Amino acid sequence: MPIPIKDDEIDIVIGALHSDLTTFMDAWRPIFSRFHLIIVKDPDLKEELRIPEGFNLDVYKKLDIDHVVGTSTSIIFSGYSCRYFGYLVSRKKYIVSVDDDCLPAKDNKGFLVDAVAQHITNLTTPATPFFFNTLYDPFTEGADFVRGYPFSLRSGVTCALSCGLWHNLADYDAPTQALKPEERNSRYVDAVLTVPARTLMPISGINIAFNRDAVGPALLPCLRLAGEGKFRWETMEDIWSGMCVKVICDHLGLGVKTGIPYVWRNDRGDAIASLRKEWEGVKMMEDVVPFFQSLRLPQEATTAEDCVVEVANAVNEKLGPKDPMFARAAKAMLDWVKLWKSVGVSSYSPGA
Amino acid sequence: MVEPATASLAAAPAMPQLKDELDIVIPTIRNLDFLEMWRPFFQPYHLIIVQDGDPSKTIKVPPGFDYELYNRNDINKILGPKASCISFKDSACRCFGYMVSKKKYIFTIDDDCFVAKDPSGKAVNALEQHIKNMLSPSTPFFFNTLYDPFREGADFVRGYPFSLREGVPTAVSHGLWLNIPDYDAPTQLVKPLERNTRFVDAVLTIPKGTLFPMCGMNLAFDRDLIGPAMYFGLMGDGQPIGRYDDMWAGWCIKVICDHLGLGVKTGLPYIYHSKASNPFVNLRKEYKGIFWQEEIIPFFQQVLLPKDCTTVQKCYIELAKQVKEKLSKVDPYFDKLADAMVTWIKAWDELNPPRGGSSMPNGKAA
Repeated sequence: MPIPIKDDEIDIVIGALHSDLTTFMDAWRPIFSRFHLIIVKDPDLKEELRIPEGFNLDVYKKLDIDHVVGTSTSIIFSGYSCRYFGYLVSRKKYIVSVDDDCLPAKDNKGFLVDAVAQHITNLTTPATPFFFNTLYDPFTEGADFVRGYPFSLRSGVTCALSCGLWHNLADYDAPTQALKPEERNSRYVDAVLTVPARTLMPISGINIAFNRDAVGPALLPCLRLAGEGKFRWETMEDIWSGMCVKVICDHLGLGVKTGIPYVWRNDRGDAIASLRKEWEGVKMMEDVVPFFQSLRLPQEATTAEDCVVEVANAVNEKLGPKDPMFARAAKAMLDWVKLWKSVGVSSYSPGA
Repeated sequence: MVEPATASLAAAPAMPQLKDELDIVIPTIRNLDFLEMWRPFFQPYHLIIVQDGDPSKTIKVPPGFDYELYNRNDINKILGPKASCISFKDSACRCFGYMVSKKKYIFTIDDDCFVAKDPSGKAVNALEQHIKNMLSPSTPFFFNTLYDPFREGADFVRGYPFSLREGVPTAVSHGLWLNIPDYDAPTQLVKPLERNTRFVDAVLTIPKGTLFPMCGMNLAFDRDLIGPAMYFGLMGDGQPIGRYDDMWAGWCIKVICDHLGLGVKTGLPYIYHSKASNPFVNLRKEYKGIFWQEEIIPFFQQVLLPKDCTTVQKCYIELAKQVKEKLSKVDPYFDKLADAMVTWIKAWDELNPPRGGSSMPNGKAA
């Protein structure tokens, strides 16, 4: 049975890369209106934000970000990375974060998916990373552990991260979407499953939720592509963050789930244009994946902060020499931990 | 409420794929009435029926199927003393069918499994889906969040390294079950009315380094790639354990597939599982296994196969050696099982000499 969670334990964090959030907020209103929202405006966005009435929210802009972190920092909260500022200043246990070009999806029965409720269910039922259950999440209604699942592993571990999926525009890289410009994801896979321990995956930042108390500092805005842009397929910041989170969760004995909920992702951007502009991101995974696959953290690292420091040092040592982008990421990770320790745990509210 | 498809709903595919390269292996002790429902999908293929239990009983095969049938007498005749490795009074005996097959692919199904319906009401051609699964690569080295990237309408997601997008050959396709789920006895006792009604429209590769509980009810595999490791162990009559046959094979094949760089997929297709076996009978069979698996799982999780194990047989013999070394202390059964694993490989190699050597005709050996 999921732990009953009160609405005030949840923050919804939205990174605003578009100034007019009216359609977005109105579409999510039935699902979001119960909760406190943190909206972080991309510091590069010039126009004023347009947000409809009727929400309990705090909005953070460039001025607030500069005030909190100072203007000289290796961490750049621009573009999609602006949402991490929201994670930093939140004081809630659970965070649900969705890109501002996503709307609620429909399930296979035609009902609107309450993405927040599903993420919270994922986070408040155990994960089972040590042995694969062929009927997927055994804690889902109507499912259970199958014959052959060791009994000692059936209580599971805390789920720290819930990775949702996307209908319509799937999270493909530019080459893939460019090759199949008409392809849209319409398949509703009615499952959530735990990603096994030591199995790595590309964790997309488009539709995620996490236990901030357990892994907050491990979601980090530290890797910036040289040509990073304002479309997801021009970024790798979330993929980088996700590799760190998964390795850290595996080390700390926490779980990561993937699957439902779905969100509907609007058509946006031109994959071919993005492809011409940015391909570094695609290449970097060739080095990044083997690095993370072989990474082992020392036993003494028992908190998410400690783990981030260990990962940063390893990145600096092993990936730094390959590309200055990694060396910069490592430094940003260390700065992030310092920032988290000073700001992430004290109280702050947006300036006048 | 899930229901099986009716025989009339099932539509035979225009071009049955791999019809001369795939055998359907069915263990049975009761009857083969269920084949009527599968006829449109199965009729083009050759069946290998392994008759368990009393060999003097005649099992009637519905007309129109091309098949070979083996009872216990046949097994004893063909294998001689090596027949000791084939279980009696347990569906584990089906692995005899794998051994005598001359085909590249095997699909095995239980005789209480019927055609399922997908959410649109269409009959699921389980065999066709298994073939699709096996003929497309697996991706065990990195998890794809949109599941099988080779399926229609899916692909690799952003962040998936391009060097890993070719995938590896798929050795095993593990299907699932609607209606009666494959629960163990304690779970069946606690939830006798639970039915699996969720149709999860996905196939995915089980990542390298991850073990899973393999079920033999709805299973397909590439005999050339992994056949010798599909031994279903010593179960049933005269054995202290039952209902661990497919799981034992599953742990063995997964470790070997991981070592050899082969893939294992799970998910679609669904079949409709109609019979719930008696949970009290199951409890007796599984009882020891429930304790033993606490030791068996760590054993398989830590198994290391040396680099020079480059064939399935070599891997399996090495595995048998380690079972004897490390699990005999759990129970003398494992000592016997390790010996049976070696016997199985010897029998497999005798019945399946390397190509170019003397070949055996299809059907019963002389």
